[in-house]
Amino acid sequence: MQISDFREQNVLQHLKHYLPSQTPLKDFIHHNSLHAFQDLKFYDAIFKANKIFGYQATLPLVDFRKLHQIGRIDDRIVERIIEEKKGKENVTFWRENLTAKTYEEHIDQRIGKLRINWKSIYQLDLDNLVQPLLFRILSSYLDQGIAIWDFSLNKDGFLASIREVEKNSFTSFFKTKEARQLLFQENITIRELLKIVVGDEKYYEQYLFDQQFSHRGWSGMVATLEEKPETLLSPRKISLSDSIIFELILEIDHLQNELGSDFKPLCTTISQPPFDLFEDVEISELQEVLMIWQDAFEWSYYDEILAGIQQLNRHKSEGAQNKATTKERSFQALFCIDERECSLRTHIESFDKLSETFGCPGFFGVEFYFQAEHAKFYDKLCPAPITPKYLIKEYDVSEKRKHDLFYTDKTHHIATGFISAITFGFWACYRLIKNLFKPEMSPAISNAFAHMNEQGKLTIENKGFENKENGLQIGFAIEVMTNRVEALLNGIGLIDNFASLVYVVAHGSSSANNPHHGAHDCGACSGRPGSVNARVFATMANHEKVRKLLKERGISIPANTQFIGALHDTAADEIEFYDVSILNELNAKAHQQNLITFENALDLNAKERSRRFASINTKADLKQIRKAVKDRSVSLFEPRPELGHGTNTLCIVGNREMTKGIFLDRRAFLNSYNFQTDREGKFLTGVMAPLGPVCGGINLEYYFSRVDNSKLGAGTKLPHNVVGLFGVANSSDGDLRPGLPWQMIEVHDPLRLMIIVEHFPEIVLKSIQSTPAMYEWYINEWVHLVSVNPETNELTYFKEGRFVPYKTVAKEIHFYKDVHTLLENAKEMETNHIVQATQENLPVLLHN
Amino acid sequence: MEQLLIYFIFFPFVSFFISLLFQNKQEKLISTVAFTSVGIQLTGVIVFTGYWLLHSAPTLNLKHFVFFKEDDIEIFLDFYFDKTTAVFSILGAFVSFLVLVFSKYYLHRDSGYKRFFNTILLFFFAFNITVFAGNFETLFIGWEFLGITSFLLIAFYRDRYLPVKNALKTISLYRLGDICLILALWTSHHIWHENITFIKLDNLNLVLGHVAEHYNSVLFLLSMIVVAATIKSAQFPFSSWLPRAMEGPTTSSAVFYGSLAVHLGVFLLLRTYNYWQSVIPIKISIVIIGILTTIIATLIARVQSTVKTQIAYASVAQIGLMFIEIALGWHILVLVHLSGNALLRTYQLLVSPSVLGYMIHDQFFNYVPKQHFSSTSFISKIRNSIYVLSIKEWNMDIYSKKLLWDPFKYIGKSLRVLSHKLALILFGVIFIAGLLLFYLDDHIPPQIDNYLHTGFAFLGMILIILSFSEKSSPLKAWLLIILSQLYVVLSVALLNDEYEYIEILLYFSGLGVSAVIGAWVLLRLKKLEKDLNLNDFYGHIYNHPNLGIWFLAACLAFVGLPFTPSFIGLDLMYSHIDHEEYLLTSFITISFLVLELTVLRIYARVFLGPHKKQTHPIAYRSS
Repeated sequence: MQISDFREQNVLQHLKHYLPSQTPLKDFIHHNSLHAFQDLKFYDAIFKANKIFGYQATLPLVDFRKLHQIGRIDDRIVERIIEEKKGKENVTFWRENLTAKTYEEHIDQRIGKLRINWKSIYQLDLDNLVQPLLFRILSSYLDQGIAIWDFSLNKDGFLASIREVEKNSFTSFFKTKEARQLLFQENITIRELLKIVVGDEKYYEQYLFDQQFSHRGWSGMVATLEEKPETLLSPRKISLSDSIIFELILEIDHLQNELGSDFKPLCTTISQPPFDLFEDVEISELQEVLMIWQDAFEWSYYDEILAGIQQLNRHKSEGAQNKATTKERSFQALFCIDERECSLRTHIESFDKLSETFGCPGFFGVEFYFQAEHAKFYDKLCPAPITPKYLIKEYDVSEKRKHDLFYTDKTHHIATGFISAITFGFWACYRLIKNLFKPEMSPAISNAFAHMNEQGKLTIENKGFENKENGLQIGFAIEVMTNRVEALLNGIGLIDNFASLVYVVAHGSSSANNPHHGAHDCGACSGRPGSVNARVFATMANHEKVRKLLKERGISIPANTQFIGALHDTAADEIEFYDVSILNELNAKAHQQNLITFENALDLNAKERSRRFASINTKADLKQIRKAVKDRSVSLFEPRPELGHGTNTLCIVGNREMTKGIFLDRRAFLNSYNFQTDREGKFLTGVMAPLGPVCGGINLEYYFSRVDNSKLGAGTKLPHNVVGLFGVANSSDGDLRPGLPWQMIEVHDPLRLMIIVEHFPEIVLKSIQSTPAMYEWYINEWVHLVSVNPETNELTYFKEGRFVPYKTVAKEIHFYKDVHTLLENAKEMETNHIVQATQENLPVLLHN
Repeated sequence: MEQLLIYFIFFPFVSFFISLLFQNKQEKLISTVAFTSVGIQLTGVIVFTGYWLLHSAPTLNLKHFVFFKEDDIEIFLDFYFDKTTAVFSILGAFVSFLVLVFSKYYLHRDSGYKRFFNTILLFFFAFNITVFAGNFETLFIGWEFLGITSFLLIAFYRDRYLPVKNALKTISLYRLGDICLILALWTSHHIWHENITFIKLDNLNLVLGHVAEHYNSVLFLLSMIVVAATIKSAQFPFSSWLPRAMEGPTTSSAVFYGSLAVHLGVFLLLRTYNYWQSVIPIKISIVIIGILTTIIATLIARVQSTVKTQIAYASVAQIGLMFIEIALGWHILVLVHLSGNALLRTYQLLVSPSVLGYMIHDQFFNYVPKQHFSSTSFISKIRNSIYVLSIKEWNMDIYSKKLLWDPFKYIGKSLRVLSHKLALILFGVIFIAGLLLFYLDDHIPPQIDNYLHTGFAFLGMILIILSFSEKSSPLKAWLLIILSQLYVVLSVALLNDEYEYIEILLYFSGLGVSAVIGAWVLLRLKKLEKDLNLNDFYGHIYNHPNLGIWFLAACLAFVGLPFTPSFIGLDLMYSHIDHEEYLLTSFITISFLVLELTVLRIYARVFLGPHKKQTHPIAYRSS
């Protein structure tokens, strides 16, 4: 194959495209770890990534075989999938391949093949020589506040700063004069440096890929910060090109130092021809086998849930005639679609049969920046791709923020360090004992409820056109408020039958000692708690003028209906309500009653979660369990304050009734949608648009972190060392580790997301085809899609551009009577190996 | 009261063995055994100390177990208790207890859960031997075990490259410290003509007399002790291993490198204070080491941008201060200072992951943009120079590698010719000739005899260095080690006409068994895996965990881990080397120094690191 000439800008673009794009950890936004391959079909993409970068693409063959043996992979499904993919006549042949044939499974990746020659020919471990210093300097430059003594920053960026330090110093980062001289050549290019190191232009791109992917964590961070410098509070100017130039100079420095006059460009001594890393990859027989296994693994679960939905709805439509269609509701509650809220909603509905819950993305359709009182920065509170034009400011906060003396850098000085040792030291010991035996909230723990002050006030309504700050409009105008409220209510189909109390429940998560805490907060709020959004939405919906306009647009909210914002802490299982004082007498009374329902539901929710926590006895008293769950969220020693999105597999778009009564085991994102109020699918497109990037992104990040926790995940949390307040690495010389840590994914079955929409297939098809970006998720099979025909209850699934009928294999879904017994008797995993971990999941069951 | 001391050693030892009996998934049992036994120990030492204080706190000594006794040599275990022991043992039990309770949850479902608790208990045992030790031999046993447990905990995540590499780096430096202690031991035997106990050193008049009499030897002995303490406490110029040792779970880093292990250098100096307080050059060098470390480590801590390395250097700086305090004789202050520092750093390390959330939140409200003044003044040049030096950790890492290990590799490389088959046969022939000479000892003129044993020791050293730099075959490296040991023994045997067969047998009984086991494991592995190499890390433990354990056991026995017969033999052999045999001593010492590194290197390269077959997720080398 012809290798084209080296074009620096193209290669840099190419590199940035493939490097990890995780931002600093304070903003943890889930995304498809293989986003660079998303223009390919799922299997082509993962096997290509596997060949190029050595990422493990699926579970290993042996694990699939074991899953089959224990029955987790349904044999009937295997049979069906082989028939579909390979034809009926080849079933025996492929069965044999799947279950018995031995394959060479070693992955021989393309990356690294060129640069390894320094080691094999010259016995030079360039990585060992260059990386520790390179990482140290990069992290010192980007550091957000760990170091006491800062890097001198030059406004022109990374290289300029290095030059400045080198110029004004008697010592040097380099060992050789040659390297120093190269640094001072102001307009030195990557090409010139590669000429010295590599020599032959045909190898340049491959060399750069080898080099940058030998520390993809750091390179990815640099590339991301070049694109999004605003993700650091203390801004740093850096570019991938700068850091590559510096790394190449460091390489030259060491090569010169170690080899001296023997140093020649790499290409003068190697015999291997240059090759294109991204050349097409042929799918091997082993990979075809893995594809069948993966499909079978996925459909074994999907099939159950689809059968469950069908069975439930058959049952319901039989009973539907005799029931009245509208009921007087005790209250309604809006939740985030997050699958962690799925269980809480079920329990609320079971404690108060007259209540009704809805799901919608947790920013509740209001996008804005938020500035807490006295804060120097804004928090973005909406999905990551949106850039808001509005600002909500907090004021009238009387409470002071508390400090923790243990994080002072004074303990690192000589004299104050001495004093701290002989005073703080003994106090530290007291603190440790206290946290071990009686953990409680402290300023050093990320507290979801501290995101916004409960007593503070918010600038929700815009005070006129001039009311701006930094180009952002402070608060929303009435017209905009109405649009937001209308859009949300239409989307979830709540346009009549309002209860007198409507709760808007956002979520966040508290956890201690957890650099990844952002990953537990609300994804639709850019990895923050959604309390402000809930409060803003409630205020808007309560606004008289908004209601008046809404009425003109056909949504009539009764005058005595009041909206109340709230925040659910998904780790501690606590809930806090906002602005309760506005409630009228009747509603205030009802609210007191509902509080009991919420408390009961939270108890049960804690119990349901506790079955996956080995340290909590699920059979214990409810209040004890609740306390234990809360303690986890403030315990320093607990690397799993909650399990995040682990086990997420489903996304259900439809009326709550479609799945009410199915035990979903906290595996489903639930988005409310009423096809009856939207028969043409006008709102469906808006509802479906964020599902790919948000739910699909979460699901795929979990998938890849699960199947290859070493390369695509962050590995175990236990040895992590916080770097510069923006990332984690192992020990002092390690590369940054993007992705999810092992403790977050061990309960997760690596299955792609299955989106189930309650609407006619042709409408669903029209809606996903509305934009190419959205269609890509489905046509390239990064998520599965099924439509449930709301009239006939027929299932069709999306395959190669059209919907085809689906017949479930599972005959009968079993029933459960009592949720307590179900939870108490659930199996606990023996080890976190997938074969045992998956047995912790409960099967799909229907409530009787 | 003395008799009780033995229980504080015995008890951790037993609980370590009990903890070996469980399976990895029996987490509750494993952790319960661990923290209850440490908890009992904690209660025990506190009660004991209280009782001891009520009885006017006498210094206690217990001569316990005699390993070996001959006319002029006696090797025995000895235990000791004074205020230093009291503080260290309570602190040790206390920190270990808290960290074990912490780890019970923290390590949940880690594939190395059992391994972790086993190693911590072994460490706890080693720590207790060290702090209760009443003579150098006993202390050395603890010291050695500490090194091994360090290696195991740093390489805890053994399927990644960096932990294994850094474990080897740390153990190499530790080994240097061990050898310093052996040399100190050897000198001490010759000065005192007995196995000196610490209680005897309390007799200041006796010590002063001795110091005056053997000034140069004592100076050497004490320098060795200072070097050993400097390495263990990561003082200048040996500080750079400390941050790199923090590869294990945060809890083990906290207990080891935040608090207990790193303060043992301080312990050693306190323990030997009487010995060196009158020796001015030693006192001055301790103060200088302290001052240099305090300043340099503080500077390095100031530029660290990762939280654990910053804590490590800050802790090292405080230990530097402690060195000064000891030299000035402020021992109560030292004990308070070190307890406070140990507790503070343990806590800081344990909560280090919180720093991200807390400080970002703090900045959110209190951020002040940094002002930058570009200045070319002399002062700012000095400032920048120090900044750059501190980022490079004052080149400590580079120089320790360059000065300490590269020479061995270089010599090995230039001698590679000798590892050809022919050369090996030649070595064998020479050895048999040597053996014959040993039998004909009486007929050889003394002058030749002298050259011969030095020559054999030299050959032994060359062989071990060859093995150290062997790049391809682990089997060959293993054979070279065995051969080198034979030479060393031969040399010592030749030297001493009175050398008894029983001693040689003792040494060989340990050596022989482990040599055979090691060779068997390597042969078996070669048969299973076809290809065995030393060029990289191969991670065979992934598929062959049992072979790995056997090989590790063989390695440890080989290097004379305390309690193995080879350890006693080793100690005896040193006793047989005369005081003036400087050349011989250095050859043998270098052999032992390289020996442990060589076997652990073989173990690490064959069994640890990323698995060579990529059939399951394997981390990148840099992560």
